[in-house]
Amino acid sequence: MSEIVYKSTLLDRDQIRRAIKRIAHEIVERNGGVDGLFVVGIRRRGVPLAERIAKYIEQIEGHSIPVGALDITLYRDDFQSVLKHPQVGKTEIKDDITDKIVILVDDVLYTGRTIRAALDELIDFGRPKRIQLAVLIDRGHREFPIKADYVGKNVPTSETELVEVHLDEIDEADEVLLAEKQS
Amino acid sequence: MMLKLANLNHTSYLIDNVTIVDPAKNTMYAGHVAVVDGKIDAVERGRAKEASLPIYDGGGLHLAPGFIDIHVHLREPGYEYKETVASGTLAAVAGGFTAVACMPNTNPAIDDPSVVEFILKQAKIAGRARVYPIAAATKGRKGEILSEYHELVAAGAVAITDDGSPVASAEMARRVMEYAAPLGIPFIEHCEDMAASGAGVMHEGFYSTKLGLKGIPAHSEEVCLSRDLLILKSVRGAKFHAAHMSTKGSIQLIKRAKEDGLPVTAETAPHYLCLEDKDLVGYDTNLKINPPLRGADDREAMIEAIKDGTIDCVASDHAPHAAHEKQVEFNAAPNGSVGLETMFPLLVTHLVKPGHLTLPQTLALITHKAAQCLGVPGGTLARGVPADLVLFDPAETWTVSAASLHSKSRNSAFLGHALTGRVKHTLVDGVNVIPAKVGV
Amino acid sequence: MITNRKHLLGLEGMTSEEITRLLDTAESFKEVSERPVKKVPALRGTTIANLFFEASTRTRISFELAEKRLSADSVNFTVSGSSVSKGETLRDTAENIQAMKVDMIVIRHSAAGAPHFLASLLEASVVNAGDGAHEHPTQGLLDMFTLRERWGNFDDKKVVIVGDLAHSRVARSNIHGLVTMGVEVVVCGPPTLIPIDIERLGVSVETDLRKALEDADAVNVLRIQKERQAAGLFPSIDEYARVWGVNSRVLERAKPDCVVMHPGPMNRGVEIAHDVADGERSVILDQVTNGVAVRMAVLYLCSGGAAIESTEETEAAEAKAAKGKQVA
Repeated sequence: MSEIVYKSTLLDRDQIRRAIKRIAHEIVERNGGVDGLFVVGIRRRGVPLAERIAKYIEQIEGHSIPVGALDITLYRDDFQSVLKHPQVGKTEIKDDITDKIVILVDDVLYTGRTIRAALDELIDFGRPKRIQLAVLIDRGHREFPIKADYVGKNVPTSETELVEVHLDEIDEADEVLLAEKQS
Repeated sequence: MMLKLANLNHTSYLIDNVTIVDPAKNTMYAGHVAVVDGKIDAVERGRAKEASLPIYDGGGLHLAPGFIDIHVHLREPGYEYKETVASGTLAAVAGGFTAVACMPNTNPAIDDPSVVEFILKQAKIAGRARVYPIAAATKGRKGEILSEYHELVAAGAVAITDDGSPVASAEMARRVMEYAAPLGIPFIEHCEDMAASGAGVMHEGFYSTKLGLKGIPAHSEEVCLSRDLLILKSVRGAKFHAAHMSTKGSIQLIKRAKEDGLPVTAETAPHYLCLEDKDLVGYDTNLKINPPLRGADDREAMIEAIKDGTIDCVASDHAPHAAHEKQVEFNAAPNGSVGLETMFPLLVTHLVKPGHLTLPQTLALITHKAAQCLGVPGGTLARGVPADLVLFDPAETWTVSAASLHSKSRNSAFLGHALTGRVKHTLVDGVNVIPAKVGV
Repeated sequence: MITNRKHLLGLEGMTSEEITRLLDTAESFKEVSERPVKKVPALRGTTIANLFFEASTRTRISFELAEKRLSADSVNFTVSGSSVSKGETLRDTAENIQAMKVDMIVIRHSAAGAPHFLASLLEASVVNAGDGAHEHPTQGLLDMFTLRERWGNFDDKKVVIVGDLAHSRVARSNIHGLVTMGVEVVVCGPPTLIPIDIERLGVSVETDLRKALEDADAVNVLRIQKERQAAGLFPSIDEYARVWGVNSRVLERAKPDCVVMHPGPMNRGVEIAHDVADGERSVILDQVTNGVAVRMAVLYLCSGGAAIESTEETEAAEAKAAKGKQVA
């Protein structure tokens, strides 16, 4: 039985707020406004992050933008190797994404496999004009040629370390922890 | 220095160091047996004294009269892929049976003296258990024309039945009983109303409802039994034996008939004492038997009926079927379970161990009482009778597996059951008929 | 809650947690069928054989669509009549199909217990698509899914199942599932078509349809097979329709929002009146839609053996706990 040991706090509540706000600003700036923007969070913690980003964008620009949720369970490439399936959540893409600028949001960017699955699923819903990626933490160790367009914080990590994002909406805490698995 | 029973090669000898179980006298004691020229010469208490005869060591085993199974399907002629007289009698002696009665649902049916003679010849060649052929009550078991009972009895048949199915009509059942009466042979009925059974494959009750299988109601057996008992009242001299009784209602009918003084005997099978319809959850085709495994009430009633004597004897209804026949959908599987090699340990496990009956009382069900139902000799330790004996360990426990059986078919309803009581030696006419290389 | 189920042989013995998890998963899959591309790669590389030993266009198509929407490769094996009459045993057929490296088998068979027989014989997962008069678990689940969609939950509900209970696998699966979820179930039909001791499954029996429907929240109308009349179990189709047919008049006894279900195919004018089949209360087409989602969920869960919380979630919770410990 391995034990998870806490090492440090990477981001606290205020730092998370500032990081998300900054990302919202960058999105607006990079895309020259909010026209055609569609923010899509990857379940589970990408979804509240997407909602927060959309809220800040609305505060900045005065326009609300659509938010969607993506459950990538059915698109995972480790499906056949893991015997047990995680619970399937609901994907909610209510509007047509064709010709939209989709901002894909996740909490941690690691191997890139989740993003690969999310891209596969997303294009089954239509043909977006552009897809950009926003993540709260980029911890490195990419296995796929995938790069984030917006990063809250870059954190060099070792592979035995864990980056755990906790958000009020799910975990009743706003923090990003660095932990380590010890056996 | 005593000799080993496994190497028995005398015709006159003593078996010492055994516990004698004499069901006919309802006794059990430490003793020894003298066999002279293949016949029982003396059964005495205590150890053997210096004697002129060679002495074999009974090894502390129990010694009883050889068991008699009056309801066995040997399948020959016609279905030799399921069982033959040779393989069936090997299974019999492995199970402690020195005599078996075989049912006529062969192909051709045992409705002609030549078939009776053929079976007796096969039994003689096999040289293990005695075989008592039971002839078909009607030609081809079709319920249309009487078989030639006089000729059949002259050839060696001991009773008549259409077992596998009932005698089709009340009219024919009456003629069968009338015609058999002067011969003194029993008419054995497979009690079943075929219309009531219909396409049923298990006992009708909560479990047939739950499993979605077509049920065979208890009254299927009881309607036919009632019919025969009513007929029996008016046929003078007839002897009637009810085969494989399975329901509480049948027990009540038999009880009343006996109280009325009718010449009725009845048997049940070990599976009706220890299995129930609920055991069919899982659809194991080895548990598909006809009559079907009944409800808990029926099972309890059957044990009571054995205790109070309403049921006279227990027979295995040994019904071999090839593996490929049983490895099919439940509906499509044939009925029956092999039973010769599990009957004795089942009775020890489910009647003696729980304290329902003593060991001598239990063995009575498969020795002299069984013989009496069929009207054949055997089942006692009387002086001068053939030395048909069984030696067993009543305490040894073993688990039934396909590999442990000697029958040609392994369709046992008891695979995986841990049972108490194991046969070690079976002697027919004083000869040990379990070959050492087969072993038990 | 962890489910660990390689086969789906029946709803009997399933816990309410398991049923809830299955229905929840089906809800996620229902969304897939509403997408522009109605397909997910979840079972890519999984081979499924649909063994139909009994004609059933509807169930087979529903399973096929479910398989295709999960990206599984599927093959159909349809035999009319019993395997015995074909000369090849069920065991041989199944072992042949397994020898071709099939991962899952969906079986419909006229013999109760046939799926259990295959499950005991084969390595593959076995999904029961209806066995004799025993169970039809995916139909039971889709009926429950449809009811939950209408009701939100199963609290304080009464369901009447009317028709040929004796020969109905749909009825048995519904009874097991609904009783487990705490629903009051009343069965109704001619006494000759009510199997013995059915009460012990947790239902009550009422032969008078008007009484049975009193305050019912749903009625599930079973298909009446005309061959039961030939077997002498009821005298005529006309009398059956008059006494046990569900029409708008008798439905007045039920609650105003009583849902009407039918597993199909319907004998209009016999067990169900036209206006009821097409009426506002009818959810018969919803059942068909939901059937695909439920079967996707079943195939998905059986293919993986279980549905569990992801390890990521466990780690997230443990890291939080570890920090709490350190701070304290």
